[in-house]
Amino acid sequence: MSEAYSRKLGDDLLRPLLETSWRFYLIVAVLGSIVLMGLGTWMYQMYMGFGMTGINNPIFWAFYITNFVFWIGISHAGTLISAILRLVNAGWRRPVTRCAEVITAFALMIGAMFPIIHLGRPWLFFWLVPYPSSRQIWPNFRSPLVWDFFAITTYLTGSVLFLVLPMIPDFALVRDRTTGLRRKIYGALALGWQGTPKQWHRLESAMSIMAIAIIPVAVSVHTIVSFDFSMAPVPMWHSTMFGPYFVAGAIFSGIAGLIIAMAALRKFLHLEEYLHPVHFQNLGKLLLMMSLLWGYFVFAERLTVWYGNESAEIAVLRVTQKGSFAPLYWTMVVVNFVIPVSILSIKRLRTIAGCVVASFGVLVGMWLERFLIVVPSLGHKYLPYSWGTYRPRPVELLITTSTFAAMCLLYTLFAKFVPIISIWELKVGEQEPHETAQERSARVLGEARP
Amino acid sequence: MSAVYALYSSPDAAQRAVNGLYAAGIAQADVVVMSGEPFEAQPFAHRDSATWLWYIACLGGFVGLGFSTWLTRMTELAWPLQTGNMPIVAWWPNLIVIFELTMLGAILATVLTLFVTAKLPGRLPKLYDPEVTNGKILVGVENPAAATLPALERALMAGGAAELKRS
Repeated sequence: MSEAYSRKLGDDLLRPLLETSWRFYLIVAVLGSIVLMGLGTWMYQMYMGFGMTGINNPIFWAFYITNFVFWIGISHAGTLISAILRLVNAGWRRPVTRCAEVITAFALMIGAMFPIIHLGRPWLFFWLVPYPSSRQIWPNFRSPLVWDFFAITTYLTGSVLFLVLPMIPDFALVRDRTTGLRRKIYGALALGWQGTPKQWHRLESAMSIMAIAIIPVAVSVHTIVSFDFSMAPVPMWHSTMFGPYFVAGAIFSGIAGLIIAMAALRKFLHLEEYLHPVHFQNLGKLLLMMSLLWGYFVFAERLTVWYGNESAEIAVLRVTQKGSFAPLYWTMVVVNFVIPVSILSIKRLRTIAGCVVASFGVLVGMWLERFLIVVPSLGHKYLPYSWGTYRPRPVELLITTSTFAAMCLLYTLFAKFVPIISIWELKVGEQEPHETAQERSARVLGEARP
Repeated sequence: MSAVYALYSSPDAAQRAVNGLYAAGIAQADVVVMSGEPFEAQPFAHRDSATWLWYIACLGGFVGLGFSTWLTRMTELAWPLQTGNMPIVAWWPNLIVIFELTMLGAILATVLTLFVTAKLPGRLPKLYDPEVTNGKILVGVENPAAATLPALERALMAGGAAELKRS
């Protein structure tokens, strides 16, 4: 790879770090205000009590648990996709991986906050932490809520390390290109990276091991989140397919989140030269595949329940498909299946704009899906005298809105202070021989001939 | 002078310089190579490639496995409350905690081994040039013996360097 290209890469991808426009401050101010409003609302909820929310008997899980499942699902965008693409050595992954891995880290942090918000008394969170109380009582490791603690902690630790390790050589690049305080800060973050063959080899080996380790962990996290539901004898929850159903849904919403983040980065940071339409095309194909898989899971779930004709489950099925939740249910079907399949299965429509439109729909649809799993089932348990419904109150709406702003704010700040595309990995990509389709087919056919 | 080095624009040129240094009698361990990206196709990139990282990751996984097995069993026996008609030591749910801590052990062992073997965090050595991260490849020798200096300089220039540098 030419030295000139190396310099150009550095110039282009470090520009957001070294130059700050007024738009950055405006975005941070707006998003920061919404996040502060959300924090204030949470304080208010703590002060006034959990009665400020719409949560009441029999629906004790609602917006906050919906958000928890939604954000943990979004977290599957990054590390899982990045690890799979890394293992299969997909060359087109190089500009995508870091954009994706960041989503995982921040979405997990936001998602993990929701059970704490939902506690009502968050200062008792430490009861979940596995250490004995003063009476030597440990948390019950047979409880799915404690499994969540272990799964999220492992995934968050692994994802943050998976994100941070390949950032070290890029921090060294920033260190060598800056002066003053910036040089000191990035010098500290670069950990004295020199780029010796030994360091490169160890880093790449470690990334391979991490990629292998993180894939089953990512799958386990959302499976365990699904166990929060499927371990309970609640209509339409107690299902063996919830694990794979949740994992597929998580990857589905994760890819949608990644496409939107990449499109925003491409537009606002002018990364058109690095995030090509082909990246969106490929992710669009993945999104299409996951949309079909999601449709298959929903069909399998609904058909089984309908055919089984068990009265409590049929009550939930009816209320979602024909009753008060029907508008949400059919919106979910349209934005999760009809629109993405219509747009993404036609090559001409699988453009950046098409992928973004489909992805926005999927994010809305997947949030609705989580909500429709949580609320209607709790409102229609086995004994009809305990049926009830739920309406969110302003505190829940404000806190939910603020977490979306928090995600955008964290992402904006990250893109400001860290190269959002892995520069050294792009350079490695340039070392690989470029082959046209004709050259490749000629080579492969030539090799195949006796 | 504590080091002499040259910067190369191409990995082939850097490899020629490295070969020249070996031919001049410089020991492999004394030849310093630094680059802004890994060059898997070049022999110099495969120095020090033998590593126990995979085995240590597995060992970390086994430590996690052992610890979590002990933790789940010990805590259930320490206060033997029956829950949901499960046995006191309930292996099915315990497997989840055991799996997570096994993987956490492997991940932490990998990262710790990376830091130790790659000497991170550390201080930048005297033999370093910021041009490395801009695409140049540094090849040099630290504390060269005076007697070997002419041969060493010839080898570095023969590689195709524009100039010799000293630090």
